[in-house]
Amino acid sequence: MALERDKLTAERALLTLGESELLELYRRMNLIRRFEDRTAEMYARGKITGFCHLYAGEEAVAVGAIFALYDKDYVVSTYREHGHCLAKGTPPRKVMAELFGKETGISHGRGGSMHLFDPNLRFMGGYAIVGGGLPLAVGLGLSIAYKEEPEVVCCFFGDGALPQGAFHESLNMASLWKLPVIFICENNFYGMGTLVQNAICQQELYRFAEPYKMPGVRVDGMDVLAVYQATMEATARAREGEGPSLIEAVTYRYRGHSMSDPAEYRSKREERIWQERDPIKTLRRRLVGERRVPESRLEAIEREVNAIIDDAVRYADESPEPALSDLMKNVYVENGGPQS
Amino acid sequence: MAQISYREALNQALAEEMTRDDRVFIMGEEVGYFGGAFKVTDGLLATFGEKRVRDTPISELSIVGAGIGAAMGGLKPIVELMTVNFGLLAMDQIVNHAAKIHYMFGGQAKVPIVIRAPQGGGHQLGAQHSQSLEAYFMHCPGLRVVIPASPADAKGLLKTAIRQDDPVIFLEHESLYGMKGEVPEGEHLVPFGVANLMRQGKDVTIISYSKCVYDSMRAAEALENEGIDAEVIDLRTLNPLDIGACVESIKKTAKAIMVYEGWRTGGAGAEVAAQIYEAAFDHLDAPIERVATKDVPMPYNARMERAALPSPADIVKVAERLV
Ligand SMILES: Cc1ncc(C[n+]2csc(CCOP(=O)(O)OP(=O)(O)O)c2C)c(N)n1
Ligand SMILES: [Mg+2]
Repeated sequence: MALERDKLTAERALLTLGESELLELYRRMNLIRRFEDRTAEMYARGKITGFCHLYAGEEAVAVGAIFALYDKDYVVSTYREHGHCLAKGTPPRKVMAELFGKETGISHGRGGSMHLFDPNLRFMGGYAIVGGGLPLAVGLGLSIAYKEEPEVVCCFFGDGALPQGAFHESLNMASLWKLPVIFICENNFYGMGTLVQNAICQQELYRFAEPYKMPGVRVDGMDVLAVYQATMEATARAREGEGPSLIEAVTYRYRGHSMSDPAEYRSKREERIWQERDPIKTLRRRLVGERRVPESRLEAIEREVNAIIDDAVRYADESPEPALSDLMKNVYVENGGPQS
Repeated sequence: MAQISYREALNQALAEEMTRDDRVFIMGEEVGYFGGAFKVTDGLLATFGEKRVRDTPISELSIVGAGIGAAMGGLKPIVELMTVNFGLLAMDQIVNHAAKIHYMFGGQAKVPIVIRAPQGGGHQLGAQHSQSLEAYFMHCPGLRVVIPASPADAKGLLKTAIRQDDPVIFLEHESLYGMKGEVPEGEHLVPFGVANLMRQGKDVTIISYSKCVYDSMRAAEALENEGIDAEVIDLRTLNPLDIGACVESIKKTAKAIMVYEGWRTGGAGAEVAAQIYEAAFDHLDAPIERVATKDVPMPYNARMERAALPSPADIVKVAERLV
């Protein structure tokens, strides 16, 4: 799946990024992986309930793309959004506390795993309706264009969203109005148990850019540098006022669709093949092999990340539940409507 | 009679009707190879093949719309929405098309489609996955709204839905799939518009449907210990609505409580209450009460979710106040 173009762009990124930046990419991917592993553990222990969709295997997409953004750029995501939220910089404590349904969670325990939101970092939410986030991203792009600001919107969604009308309507509008939106399709081959080829007439998903007159590229979503480079190009275009782009990041989720899915629709062999292309291991090999980063540096990062996640779990566990008396709070912004 | 689950009862109805009428087919997300998100269509692909059990892309608007078109083309589609929450994407096809076509074209066309949708809260699935939307459909003339509580009704009402020629919204509560009950084998048809008297009583009438029927029954048992004799009615279908059964009961008890899982405001129970006032105002000793979900998007936190949903304890409290 590694395309020639990906190798080139990834090599370019490897050359242009400094060591500290590369280590930061390594750190963020490890942080997400560790977070998801501990989340699975906490789910098994009943600390987390409801639907919970893990991002393990796909880290390079969120981390690579979001590394190309500034803090003030917006991100919109789906129900599989722990990784995007963490990559944007939300403290793991706040995310884990949300999964535990606690008042200290990033959505104050009201949202849960599928509905994280961090306005300070312009993480504009995880949405659990397939395709639901795309029109919102267009609207955020519209608000940027309206205010003549330099930001962009990065909108993540799965392959499963392409058959939705919202996908097509959003690409058309964003292109028609030249809005600064980067549409990032995480093609992990499956929407629940359905293969892309059984759901979409065109399996080269990036080609959906063409009828909507925007650039479309397919990148190796297991290669953080390739994703980073492609997103940099798209953001540059968007910031120049040249409009949206579509990036198809080809990736793989290691676990089932959600915590209740044993993923019986795919083979162990298929899973192994993808795990051999693990995005974290790939970057590690590059850092050690091509950049001569000592293994001890990387191990120190891994230890640091583990400690952060341990702390997040402890924090979530010890945090208070929301007060029942607050049940009806925040249904409306105004208490009874504006007075004047 | 066999004891089978609500899920199996639905599956049986589908299999029997597909065997009976080869115009009947199923389509929806994950209905074939996966056997349905709640396993209602499990095994049907193996029996009936891909032509009649069709997996679709995630395209609710067009799945429902294509079902309507297929119905106009002479087929009898059963469309499964993975949950009712996603059915909101198909509201245009349901409300502007399915519900209108027969009337708008002067009775010349018909749309015999059954749209099945799981719904309901209680599993910490958050605001976008926990809704009970029967009132949205009940509001719209031209649709039938069917909402069974028991496995036997699930089977009998689904068979009726498939055989009749109006568009039907068939709502299944996600908490009921595993529930077992006696279900007649083979031909078992439950007519639309006939409520089920679940429990006789003389002090208060509890009117409900879907999962809340069981909450109402539990409340009635608790009330019995306090010497309050509650009658419980399961409406089974909201359109047509068996208002006569409600009125008959109220003539006896003079008090009524509506129990439903939709939001309190504008809920199906509010409409039923209004119709009772119109038909039986003189028989009532007190205003009709509503026990329903609080007017709030469903919170994820477990305790908060429990507080938002109606419970047997809520029903008991209201009944004590009334009687
Ligand atoms: C409108 C809508 N229809 C159906 C669902 C149920 N559902 C949740 S996730 C999913 C599959 C989505 O797959 P994809 O977009 O590829 O994302 P992935 O889970 O692979 O990240 C489905 C069908 C939903 N949430 N929203
Ligand atoms: Mg997918």
